[in-house]
Amino acid sequence: MSDILTEHSLLIVSIIKVVVFVFILLTSVAYLTWLERKVVGHIQSRIGPDRVGPHGLLQPLADGLKFLFKEDPTPDGVSRFVYFLAPFLALTLAIAAVAVIPFGPHEFELLGQKTGLQIADLNIGLLFLFAITSLGVYGLALAGWSSNSKYPLLGGLRSSAQMVSYELALTLSVVGVVLMTGTFNLREIIASQHGYLWGWVPRWTLFAPPFPQVIGFLCYFTAAIAETNRVPFDLPEAETELVAGFHTEYSAFKFAMFFMAEYVNMITVSCLATLLFFGGWHSPFPASAHQVTQYLPTALFAAGGALLLWDGIGYRTLFGKVVLPVLGLAALGFAALCAVPGVIGVVQGPFWFLAKVLTFLFIYIWMRGTLPRFRYDQLMAFGWKFLLPVALANVVLTSFMILVMQK
Amino acid sequence: MSAALFFFFVLAAVAVLGAVSLILQRHPIHSALSLILVMVALAGCYLLQGAEFIAAVQIIVYGGAIMVLFVFVIMLLNAGEEERTNFSRMARYAGLPVAIFLLIELAYWATRSAPAAQVAEMPVGPAQTRGISLMLFREFVLPFELTSVLILVAILGAVVLAKRES
Repeated sequence: MSDILTEHSLLIVSIIKVVVFVFILLTSVAYLTWLERKVVGHIQSRIGPDRVGPHGLLQPLADGLKFLFKEDPTPDGVSRFVYFLAPFLALTLAIAAVAVIPFGPHEFELLGQKTGLQIADLNIGLLFLFAITSLGVYGLALAGWSSNSKYPLLGGLRSSAQMVSYELALTLSVVGVVLMTGTFNLREIIASQHGYLWGWVPRWTLFAPPFPQVIGFLCYFTAAIAETNRVPFDLPEAETELVAGFHTEYSAFKFAMFFMAEYVNMITVSCLATLLFFGGWHSPFPASAHQVTQYLPTALFAAGGALLLWDGIGYRTLFGKVVLPVLGLAALGFAALCAVPGVIGVVQGPFWFLAKVLTFLFIYIWMRGTLPRFRYDQLMAFGWKFLLPVALANVVLTSFMILVMQK
Repeated sequence: MSAALFFFFVLAAVAVLGAVSLILQRHPIHSALSLILVMVALAGCYLLQGAEFIAAVQIIVYGGAIMVLFVFVIMLLNAGEEERTNFSRMARYAGLPVAIFLLIELAYWATRSAPAAQVAEMPVGPAQTRGISLMLFREFVLPFELTSVLILVAILGAVVLAKRES
């Protein structure tokens, strides 16, 4: 037994990491849908989900069960194999992309293997991500085609045209970062953004010389929203024109898989924005303030825990009176753990990384709550005539500035 | 059998089966899907050889860009299933012997040729991408630029053809 453990320890460690990562990822996807409905609700002066569990916290669970137990009819005349393949393709590729994202700088030992907070540390991590996301379009296109129905077909056509158009701008917009950091390895890209300008501005590629990647970031984020088919670029599923676009004929869990794939993609592009432009796990505060700011995770969790306790004790249902204080106590406990000398250094990296990712996810939801949808010709004209030239200009300017600084 | 060899055989089998399926499928979309499978399996083979960069580019360019356009065009034209015809008489009688002859010849030359000694050294690991770009932009910069001009000409040609309609 112990022989097998030591011989295949790399494989076993990888499997453990994959299971843990996928579990965390899918749970965050579930609660991202909850967050989206809550935030959009409040933007529209509603309270959002409130019935299942305290503050609607069990809503994702109820939704999941509903998707599992719903009848799943296969419409007449579908191309069976492709019809079943499409949702699997969409979700598998979406999840595979997360494998290369590093969530923190620390390495720890497991079964004699040194391993980081990342499933696979590839030299070509960034290229791998783009390779996987470039295949992601097949899920949508094939779903639209195989449904044997006109609205899905139009949605599928739109999605492939849109994703091919915006992929160019997306890829070009990160070339500036690659030029500045000189590597495709995501860990090294983050590591090279270490340090501060004039002692207080973090050396993230967004701010750093030779050419701050502000244009690059704006192009990236716009193209990323289009790539994930979110408002205002959600033409493939424009419900006012196409019923529900490419997934009109899907129901039950096959529909849920498309839905999950979309949210996983949102998380992936937010992680990528964080680590390419916003310094990944590096703290935004200057090193001189580190003695104070290292207690920020503790303070945040303590405040959250206290709020949950206070809210839970006065909650209107008995279930909430029990669950919310328990959650609050757990948060307080975690806050205390974050202040323990050995742990405090380890927590910083993932804390800042996830805080930045959450900010991006919030911006995503915020935009969904406020912006109207593009018209199709506007979308194409914007992608090809504005975004692509701007991204190209960013590449030229960045390389020029690097050349000038080298001389 | 080492793990690398095992994965090579799996990937090679997938590539060959995909290629056969590409020809045998009657629906254009299924053929296109088989071709994507071949491309991805080839990328896997490159990865086994340690050519990470080539593998990623293979998937991005062939799997992600070119094949998406194939699928897009097939969907746009809404191409239906092809009909099977009786094979041509010449193919029926001459096809098999010619195919066998070709395979034997290929196998003969593959076993006879010396193990690649004259092939350029390919750096492995992080230096690889740098090596490829240095080669591309220093030694082979003229062919590289000529290729881009060629592609530009093709784009202009497509635009001209599209404009003439209206």
